Amino acid sequence: MKVEILNPAVEFHDTTVSYDRKPVLWNIDMTLPQGSLIGIIGPNGAGKSTLIKAAMGLLPLASGYVKIFDGDLDEHRKRVSYVPQRESVDWDFPTSAIDIVLMGRYAHIGLLGRISKKDRSLAMDCLEQVGMQAFAKRQISQLSGGQQQRVFLARALAQQADLYFMDEPFAGVDASTESAILNILRNLTQEGKTVIVVHHDLQSAAEFFDWIVLLNMRLIASAPIENVFTQNLLQETYGGKLTLLSEISELIKKRNIPSRENY
Amino acid sequence: MESIWKFISLSDPNIISVVIGSVLITASSAVVGTFSFLKKKALVGDAVAHAVLPGICLAFILSGNKNPIYIIIGAFITGWLSLIIIDIITKKSKLKEDTAIALVLSVSFAIGILMLTAIQHSGNASQSGLQSFLFGKAAALIGRDLIMFSVVAVILLLMVVLFFKELKLIAFDESFANTIGLPVKALNLLLTSLIVMAVVTGIQAVGVVLMAAILITPAAAARFWTDDLVKMIILAAIIGAFSGWAGSLVSYVAPRMPTGPWIVMVVSIIALISFFIAPKKGIISKQLELAKLRASILEENLLKELYRMGEKDMNTSNAYTLDLLTMQRHFPIKYLKPALRRLLKKSLVFKEGNKWSLSEQGHQKGKRIVKLHRLWELYLSTYLKIAPDHVHEDAETIEHIITPELESRLEKLLDFPKKDPHDRKIPY
Ligand SMILES: Nc1ncnc2c1ncn2[C@@H]1O[C@H](COP(=O)(O)OP(=O)(O)O)[C@@H](O)[C@H]1O
Ligand SMILES: [Mg+2]
Repeated sequence: MKVEILNPAVEFHDTTVSYDRKPVLWNIDMTLPQGSLIGIIGPNGAGKSTLIKAAMGLLPLASGYVKIFDGDLDEHRKRVSYVPQRESVDWDFPTSAIDIVLMGRYAHIGLLGRISKKDRSLAMDCLEQVGMQAFAKRQISQLSGGQQQRVFLARALAQQADLYFMDEPFAGVDASTESAILNILRNLTQEGKTVIVVHHDLQSAAEFFDWIVLLNMRLIASAPIENVFTQNLLQETYGGKLTLLSEISELIKKRNIPSRENY
Repeated sequence: MESIWKFISLSDPNIISVVIGSVLITASSAVVGTFSFLKKKALVGDAVAHAVLPGICLAFILSGNKNPIYIIIGAFITGWLSLIIIDIITKKSKLKEDTAIALVLSVSFAIGILMLTAIQHSGNASQSGLQSFLFGKAAALIGRDLIMFSVVAVILLLMVVLFFKELKLIAFDESFANTIGLPVKALNLLLTSLIVMAVVTGIQAVGVVLMAAILITPAAAARFWTDDLVKMIILAAIIGAFSGWAGSLVSYVAPRMPTGPWIVMVVSIIALISFFIAPKKGIISKQLELAKLRASILEENLLKELYRMGEKDMNTSNAYTLDLLTMQRHFPIKYLKPALRRLLKKSLVFKEGNKWSLSEQGHQKGKRIVKLHRLWELYLSTYLKIAPDHVHEDAETIEHIITPELESRLEKLLDFPKKDPHDRKIPY
């Protein structure tokens, strides 16, 4: 099932990506529409992260090309934002939430440029949009997983891009963060921006996205949501969610609970 | 004793140059070292430090003297070469980076030692003192070196200040730096060049063998005290400077003593002390926190058991003896009595004779723990499909850490259930 469109935000043309010569993505060929909320769905190891890393020029392509706004990525760097998987960085880094958001301004500030008052107030606005203004000065390791994810999102907002690639922004976040993030993404697409989100939960995917890319080492589908699958099918396949559980595990880790209780 | 005082009061220009030289070197090394520490590239500095030895020897052999300019050029070349070789080995072979580093470090150091031995046996009179590059000799710093060290220190600090935000970003999130179009390769090159520069100048005072310690240890110590990168860098510089000063003091007072080991001793002691006493991150404060947590878990367990006994006897204000309490659940006596005394002080329990009972407040608290325990058991068995006889252990821990926010979500999610999986009533 594949739907092609004109004037896409992103075009993958016969793209193959390999690690150590071993291809993990085969001949991806698709066009993704502007102004949509697009979900990239697939099981673990399907190559979802690899796909968006390749689109962001973080991995060499074994073959094919990727076009961003019908041009080269380098022409449009400032219009494109990338939110890596939360686990890809060490959150024990000595810095505060607001400083992370300010990193979203670096491309605009330029090498050797200084951070201005305007950048600071913009970063603060972005934190406010994700409901984290109260945590601006907080050291990032003291934030919960959901809050860290929000900080990453605020950093992306600070980039003021037109196209966003996000790797699992909903992973390990609580229900209220989930709906907060979703709202922000919807607002972005309403402003005509394109948001491409890696997501692994099929059930919620049906509620979240306008356009779905199904991926498993190769492209299985890329089409508007209604063409790809029906609500019924999904409910059958997937059970309830376990966000509470992941939050508890995080609490256990944070508070350093002694493992065996003998007192 | 007298010489110590003479040193501290900086009474002679020689001392001043030794002190300034060592302090400049160690402080600026600590500053650039902070970034390799944060990038988790501590070993790279070590490899470079060992690899400069053949360069130093080669420079001496070719020039026939110990002119610092030649020495530094030689050191720079082989230091750099080692980085390139590490890079090639990692990229072209199946060896991992740490193996490549270990390989380059040991091979180049071995070559350096061979060359050094050859020079020492060559009978060249000016070779004496070359040995001090191994373990450092701060007292050998003279005015001529000082100018060069100052230049290097200024370059290092200037680069860090100029490129601070970029260096910070590539240390935290290199992929993101790449995606916004920062010249990440060039910045990494800059950082390694700074490290090579720090090493090459630092070996005079610290020596090639221990140079890595002065790059990394101040940052590691500073990390315990602050969560702010700027403060961390400043603190690392101060720690580095202090150990540099202490090292040069030793070198002045006992000229036959190598400086490097002393500098490293001082900085390591600072790191060790930080490791123990730093607030929040230090071991002692972590242990205290753990003890506090343990005490509060014990208190909650006591309230819970008193509640459950009352529940069984259908009278929540019943009083019980310690024997009955320990029969209900094994409490180590050593901790039991102090815990009860604490509860008494907080008026959560009453004591009549040798019997203990819950106050109204204690009753509420005990009830909450019991509720959380049973809710969690229910959550595990309904949402994770864990058998009811396997959920108790887990709930024993979780009941103490659920926050009020999670508590209300749990209640809503399960829709205020009446019974837990063992068919016991859930109290609200
Ligand atoms: N750096 C890497 N080197 C080698 N193989 C990798 C690397 N990263 C990912 N892979 C492999 O590529 C495949 C796709 O990975 P990834 O894109 O992370 O999947 P997803 O994000 O869909 O879970 C997996 O089989 C994974 O093992
Ligand atoms: Mg992934």
